[in-house]
Amino acid sequence: MEFFSSIWYAFPEALRTVIVILLQIVAVVIPLILVVAYTTYAERKVIGFMQGRLGPNRVGPRGLLQPFADTFKLLLKEVIIPTSSDRYLFLLAPILALAPAFAAWVVIPFSENMVLADINAGLLFVLALSSLGVYGIIIAGWASNSKYSMLSAMRIGAQMISYEIAMGFALGGVLMAANSLNLNDIVRAQSGSVFSWFVWPLFGLFIVYFISGVAETNRAPFDVAEGESEIVAGFHVEYSGIAFALFFLAEYANMIMISALTSIMFLGGWLSPFQGLDFLTSLPVLGVIFGNGIHWLGLKVAFFLLLYLWFRATFPRYRYDQIMRLGWKVLIPVTFVWIFFEIIAVAFGWQPWL
Amino acid sequence: MGMPLKDSLKHYWKTFSLGELLKGMRVTGKYLVERNKITIQYPEEKTPLSPRFRGHHALRRYPNGEERCIACKLCEAVCPALAIKIELEERPDGTRRTTRYDIDMFKCIYCGFCEEACPVDAIVETSLFEYHFEQRGENIINKQKLLAIGDRYEPEIARMKAADAPYR
Amino acid sequence: MFEQILFYWFTAVLLFAAVGVVTLRNPVYAALSLILAFFTMTALWLLMEAEFLAIVLILVYVGAVMVLFLFVIMMLDLKSVGREGFIRYLPIGLGVAVMVALEMIMVLQRSNFASERYTPPAAAADFNNPEALGELLYTHYLYPFEIAAVILLVAVIAAILLTLRKRDAGDQAAKTQDIERQVRVKSEDRVRLVKMKSE
Repeated sequence: MEFFSSIWYAFPEALRTVIVILLQIVAVVIPLILVVAYTTYAERKVIGFMQGRLGPNRVGPRGLLQPFADTFKLLLKEVIIPTSSDRYLFLLAPILALAPAFAAWVVIPFSENMVLADINAGLLFVLALSSLGVYGIIIAGWASNSKYSMLSAMRIGAQMISYEIAMGFALGGVLMAANSLNLNDIVRAQSGSVFSWFVWPLFGLFIVYFISGVAETNRAPFDVAEGESEIVAGFHVEYSGIAFALFFLAEYANMIMISALTSIMFLGGWLSPFQGLDFLTSLPVLGVIFGNGIHWLGLKVAFFLLLYLWFRATFPRYRYDQIMRLGWKVLIPVTFVWIFFEIIAVAFGWQPWL
Repeated sequence: MGMPLKDSLKHYWKTFSLGELLKGMRVTGKYLVERNKITIQYPEEKTPLSPRFRGHHALRRYPNGEERCIACKLCEAVCPALAIKIELEERPDGTRRTTRYDIDMFKCIYCGFCEEACPVDAIVETSLFEYHFEQRGENIINKQKLLAIGDRYEPEIARMKAADAPYR
Repeated sequence: MFEQILFYWFTAVLLFAAVGVVTLRNPVYAALSLILAFFTMTALWLLMEAEFLAIVLILVYVGAVMVLFLFVIMMLDLKSVGREGFIRYLPIGLGVAVMVALEMIMVLQRSNFASERYTPPAAAADFNNPEALGELLYTHYLYPFEIAAVILLVAVIAAILLTLRKRDAGDQAAKTQDIERQVRVKSEDRVRLVKMKSE
């Protein structure tokens, strides 16, 4: 121990900071990639079950090794670059899609003290990064030099901008209730019991936020950007191998991100639903399970991910003009009305969530 | 929209309560927990085959070992995909027999017309559907192979024919 | 020390990107380097501890405005725009650039704009940037803020009115989808279930 610490302190301080930060990033990214892998597995399994099928069950027990088989397949395949594509942008696009999807995780509070960067404007940071994700897709669509990709890029550009507004307004409601932009503070503002979670006073905003989140990540029923039946696979139609896998990874990381944000902002993040019931939380061993912690965040995220898959198995794809109408003419007015009443409640000091 | 107020309110209630969406999700949710899946695990489990199933072709023989085909060329004539090629000769005993009976399995569309056209039930389509070709040219099945398949699967072919006979 | 390196690095990238915006032939590349310029600018603002403004710059300009920009440029397919008149307009452009640079230098050299007066205040660790900004905007400068908001609203409405053309008469009538009516359709309107004896 002595030996290791002496080696550790032999490094210059700046280097030590960098190493610690890198290790922290790895500690977040590796589990995230694993969760993404198993989300794809869960997706195929859940949608299979909902369609009366079995889903993947050949690789490993119950198909549990399927995600690894897929990963290796994609890693080993050739990345084909179309001749008339814009080479550099074509290769840059998947990275641009992936980087914001991962970078946004630095401000997510996994539990009371588990957060990489506890910054003040956390909520805005997340919103800004989620709005950057669109670049990867637009650039991919343009650089591929394919009609389908181009159409998809156009669709997605308009769609993401539209839904960001509804999303931003929904978040506005949350930060009015929490009185802070810091995600950990938002979670703390919901402590007390299940009934002090923001989902109750802000139920409309919660629904709007999750719907816009689904639209923002281009998942069914808002997946016109992929629209297999119309534009083949949309922006990633020309991508293969690992470049395609990166888009896949970004999409699922974004899904998990939206799920995590929804649980943090409306369902109390790492807060336990049994909070306030002291006879449960003070039990010797079970108290840890019933108490606050990362496992509750995980459960909530899993629930929202299930909802994502459930939506995909249930709803037919929206037509493009209907998506625009839903975003601009339904969701945004709903948030307006809800925030208006929330402002009145805040102004008169009538805050049932406190 | 010219809708009465009552209907309009009902419409808005239906929309904003997300009732129809939840109804749909209930249906899929029910299937999620349903244990009884319809998937057939193919190599281990197989679906039942109809006696009229049209798979790989075969040429049959009479019980005394003589081949049935009399080279009437009706199958060749009826074949919509022009997959069958027949050449014939007269045997010393005066019967008409084929010297060549080729079916190009790539052309064949498995319509079963050859089987219907055959006056002596010589060419049949068996229930055999798990076959493959490994080399170019293997897709053309000659008379020897067809007869061999017929010999091998005769009991099954006879059973299928018998099962279908009442409906003909 | 570390911050200085970062500062010079980001400044270099910013200048590089800004030059790229005007010199690149492909308009998509130009737009992308404008995005890069915005991005490095936010990094510089972050160094000055103006994290709220930095994030808002990304959110508004990079996240929304530039997406629409790219959207339009990609739609118009301006791939082969030449550099006509580059030499002809070069003297004017250079003249303007030199003038702006001179003005900047003169302004910054005056003592009350000197950069040492605008070093970020040594803020406490829990200094809340958004909160301070919000207080300034919504209490001290409420009226200017509201007036700006109203002007923007007027601009939005004007833009909509200018582009809104109804073509609902004659042969030129635009065929549009009436989604309101489409979503109100009930199954009874489209399907008639008939009960009849089987024959």
